[in-house]
Amino acid sequence: MAGAPYWGASATAASSTFMGIFKLIVRRVLLGVVTLLVVSFAVFALTNLLGDPVHRMLGRGALPEVVKAKRAELGLDRPFFTRYFEWLKGLMTGDPGNSFSNGSPVMDIVGDRIKNSLFLMFVASMVSIPLSLFIGARAALRRDKTFDRVTSNQMLIFAAMPEFVVGAFLTVLLATNVWHVFPATSRIRPGQPPWSDWKGVILPAITLTLAVTPHVSRTMRAAMIEVLESDYVEMARLKGLPERAVLWRHAFPNAVGPTLQVIALNIAYLAGGVVVVESLFNYRGIGIALRDAIPVANAPIVQFIAMFIATIYVVCNLLADLGAILVTPRLRTRLQ
Amino acid sequence: MSGTMQSRENVALEIRGLRIDVAESGADIVDEVDLTIRRGEVLGLVGESGSGKTTIGLAVLGHARRGVAIHGGTVRIGDRDLNGLDAKELRSVRGKLVSYVPQDPGTALNPALRIGKQILEVLETHGFGANQAEREARVVEVLSEVMLPGVPEFLRRYPHQLSGGQQQRVGLAMAFACRPAVIVLDEPTTGLDVSTQTHVLQTIRDLAARHGVAALYVTHDLAVVATLADQVAVMYAGRVVEQGSTADIFANPAHPYTRYLVAAAPEMDGDRQMVGLVGRAPSPGKRPVGCAFALRCELATEECVAEFPGVTDVGTDRPHQVRCVHAFGVPDRTALRVASTARVVRESEVALSIRHVDAGYSGTNVVHDVSFDIQRGECVALVGESGSGKSTLSRSIGGLHREWTGEIVLDGAPLEKSSRNRPVAQRLSIQYVFQNPYSSLHPRRSVADSIARPLAIAGVDARDAAIEVDRMLERVSLSSAYGSRYPDQLSGGERQRVAIARALVSKPHMLICDEVTSALDVLVQAAIIELLVDLQRDLGLAMLFVTHNLPLVRSIAQRVAVMSDGKIVELGDTAETLQHPREEYTKRLLADTPVIPTFSNN
Amino acid sequence: MSAEKPAGVWRSSLRLWRTRIGIALVLLLVGVAIVGPWVAKFSPSEFAGTPNTRHVPGTWLGTDYLGQDVVSRFLHGGRSILWMASVSTLLGFVFGAAIGLIAAYNRGRLDDVLMRGMDILLAFPQLLLALVALTTIGPEPWLIITIVAFTTMPRIARITRGAAVPVVERDFIGAAEALGESRFRIITKELLPNVTGPLLVEANLRLTYSIATIAGLGFLGFAAEVNAADWGQMVQENRTALTVAPWGTLLPAFAIALLTVGTGLIADGVSRTVAGVDRGRPDA
Repeated sequence: MAGAPYWGASATAASSTFMGIFKLIVRRVLLGVVTLLVVSFAVFALTNLLGDPVHRMLGRGALPEVVKAKRAELGLDRPFFTRYFEWLKGLMTGDPGNSFSNGSPVMDIVGDRIKNSLFLMFVASMVSIPLSLFIGARAALRRDKTFDRVTSNQMLIFAAMPEFVVGAFLTVLLATNVWHVFPATSRIRPGQPPWSDWKGVILPAITLTLAVTPHVSRTMRAAMIEVLESDYVEMARLKGLPERAVLWRHAFPNAVGPTLQVIALNIAYLAGGVVVVESLFNYRGIGIALRDAIPVANAPIVQFIAMFIATIYVVCNLLADLGAILVTPRLRTRLQ
Repeated sequence: MSGTMQSRENVALEIRGLRIDVAESGADIVDEVDLTIRRGEVLGLVGESGSGKTTIGLAVLGHARRGVAIHGGTVRIGDRDLNGLDAKELRSVRGKLVSYVPQDPGTALNPALRIGKQILEVLETHGFGANQAEREARVVEVLSEVMLPGVPEFLRRYPHQLSGGQQQRVGLAMAFACRPAVIVLDEPTTGLDVSTQTHVLQTIRDLAARHGVAALYVTHDLAVVATLADQVAVMYAGRVVEQGSTADIFANPAHPYTRYLVAAAPEMDGDRQMVGLVGRAPSPGKRPVGCAFALRCELATEECVAEFPGVTDVGTDRPHQVRCVHAFGVPDRTALRVASTARVVRESEVALSIRHVDAGYSGTNVVHDVSFDIQRGECVALVGESGSGKSTLSRSIGGLHREWTGEIVLDGAPLEKSSRNRPVAQRLSIQYVFQNPYSSLHPRRSVADSIARPLAIAGVDARDAAIEVDRMLERVSLSSAYGSRYPDQLSGGERQRVAIARALVSKPHMLICDEVTSALDVLVQAAIIELLVDLQRDLGLAMLFVTHNLPLVRSIAQRVAVMSDGKIVELGDTAETLQHPREEYTKRLLADTPVIPTFSNN
Repeated sequence: MSAEKPAGVWRSSLRLWRTRIGIALVLLLVGVAIVGPWVAKFSPSEFAGTPNTRHVPGTWLGTDYLGQDVVSRFLHGGRSILWMASVSTLLGFVFGAAIGLIAAYNRGRLDDVLMRGMDILLAFPQLLLALVALTTIGPEPWLIITIVAFTTMPRIARITRGAAVPVVERDFIGAAEALGESRFRIITKELLPNVTGPLLVEANLRLTYSIATIAGLGFLGFAAEVNAADWGQMVQENRTALTVAPWGTLLPAFAIALLTVGTGLIADGVSRTVAGVDRGRPDA
């Protein structure tokens, strides 16, 4: 301990931890890739084997010759696996095929919609994560007091209702009948960034926030209560530590681990939630693209959006696992 | 009480009239508590679970758990009354003037902080030393005081990277870091093996003496108190019923409850039977106005129930205070000790034979080539520390653990590994009683249904089974009214009796008792041992009594098998083995086991 | 000391007002869904008057975008959601609980295989697969039920296993094994009765989410029948006319909200009860 603070990182331990983490990341990434491959196959199979998109496009009364011509036109007459691998290759090289309805590249149609959706998800996450951590922690500290009771009941209600119902109520309340503060529908023009119509972002963002906040705040509250009742927090108080140190050094870091997982799961959930919420507010994102593609069985669009959401899912789960390991010494030291 | 008569100079902690309530109902958890500890002295606060001893320990730091409120009285350390301090003042006292060593260091150390930091933060909070360098030096110093290496590698560890004994030493280091005047130790050795316990106790004793610290040692273990404490206070149902010097308490217990406690403590030498007492202490809110022990006391008179008795000093040259109206009329405690009946009626027929058994988990063996026999009507105790393989062996015999090789023969027939593959008659003739009565009974099944289940498997019809269940309940000293009750309506001792009844209802030849008393308080433990001794003798059972508690063995087993690292290191007659152990391991185990020494009867 | 069987979680939870309110809400909406079609004045697709009009003679709350009676459609629209949500939750619950119990009791290899399988199901973006499947096959009730059951099952299985593992480690399971009780009997008679609390909570939560999912699919245009009176679909159809004829949106939205809040309240009441009991050793 020659001079150096002996609780500083020692070089050897750090590098072996780093190797362990590196190996772990590689393993988790591979697992994620495998999951995505399985999902891609399921998506492709579902859109191709279970039904005939051409029949859905042309209707049941279509003449067999017309159907045949259409199939040839879309390349659907070739063997399933040939098409699957071609599609997969396209996905990886950034060319997810062409739209069935007008033949233009999928990326041209959904490219800026993905940006719009990501922006919406980003706004909702940035509001809901700090908000729910705050609500959860404060409710745990004020357990069974007014703040806890009120927020618990509110969270219960928002957790139970589907997003489109919450959104419909918000529309009535803030965009039409009661107060007309925000527009009921968003109007982002093609090629424009989503914040060009920032007023139109607000209601969809609030709806998504309300969908996610209850789950995260409840988890945070439960984790925080468990930690606050733990022997080590009692011990910290018995050591005479100021309440600030008890909360921020002893309680909070131990409550964040389990909450992190739920945060990541909920961001992943947002990726699905945007579909419904965009549809409700006509927000020009992947949800609208999906809504337009589904009735005409525009498989390439549906496939691509499905893969996009699946990727967000997998990445979020990956980050959650890694994050939980990094903030939990018991898990982290096992890597050495 | 005692402090007032002597010089107050050396008094470090003085508690007067302390009352602590359940916040909501106002029912008293503890009341009328007076304790005094001088510098360098250890006071052992002894009581059963639920007696309020931990509550007092925390109150010494001015702390009350959620739902608990300190109602009145004084807790004086030096010239400060902790009960009069506000939150900020309390914080400045805790960890500096008075510190706490928790029961389970595994949960009381923060899993996310390095242990060096956890010790350092006490020093930082209380501004120990002139600068950070002095504080860091103190961390190293205090670690060496508790025999831990103060090297950087060690300081960088997280709690889960330490053994249980090391964790507890870190707890001690944290407590001693600021050189406090008073230290509260709450059963700090409960989860530790006897050898580790011995070392930790030694450290506590040395540190308290060397630094003149007053120590309040909270425990249920009389033997630990007898070896460690200078003064003893005995608690019953939230009241201190007797206190005095350790020698006086053990040589001349004056309160009937203390007398029972001492009589119930297992002894390694001497051929005496432990004496138990049925019933349990009333919990807060259900306590009588008078003496709470009167309900179980054979000396109880009307006077006892009228009001809680005042202090009587029965001491001659030093204070020995008792709160009992019959303080001078308590008969000689040795009368309680029944001489053990000669139980050497050993039939020469082998009931169970274990031959070359290896057992383990997924390929790793924890039991190595164990062979021994148990005769009919004989009780063999299987003794070992945690991890010795004793439970794995007993579970293998009971058909609960399937990964074993070798041969186990019951009444001449080899046993299959899984109990499911054993014939019904064989299954029923070997029975198992589990350690924890709180988990061994189906919570949603009535007592009668639980006991009747083996009979149903045997094909006994319901009416006969009901009669048999009633008979069995009587046999374990529970009335047949217990049949319709559910486990959560029973005390720990009653539950264990039900578990024994369930094990014996199918008239087994072989009974395996796996640490059956370790979850019970000492009086209840003694009562259960009495019951088992009776049953074993009357029914001619072969019994395997698995335990880590060496003194207990003397009261129940004819032979003892000592197990270590998966091997039987010594097997022989109980008295012979305990008095003249042959093997080094047994000798060490015996030396490490705290026993109540003989105090001269002055 | 009374010799009464410890009250079940469900019975004890009825002491809480939130459970009672939840049950009242659910009963109300179930009543509407069951009785509704018989008391409705119009058939679901019958023309009642000028579209999107608030005050139409013969209707209570006006007409919808096709001139159909809002109240009549509301009265017809609950059945499909309720029965599909109930059946899919029940299926997911039965299979999920069975898998969870089997995994918890057997541990080892079988546990790994079963729970890994559940994890894979959980890793799928459920709503997306639902949309993809529904797009290609069409909104068939059996498909909706299967999809929702498949999203329910792994979650129930996880909760069940989580609740059952500590029970498996308790000694009364060992006592039953020592007596040679069959696996089936141990799982059904020893294990199951001791995990009913957490299972009941999760079942109610899952029912809440099943209702929300199925209503959501209706909203996205995947009601089991085209132009069916379906609460979710009604919100979708009428929301553009919110300013002129709000009831076409509000009535079904309120119905769904009250129903899900009702089941959510029941789940919360039960979970509060479970947290209150099950603390184990009462006098420790």
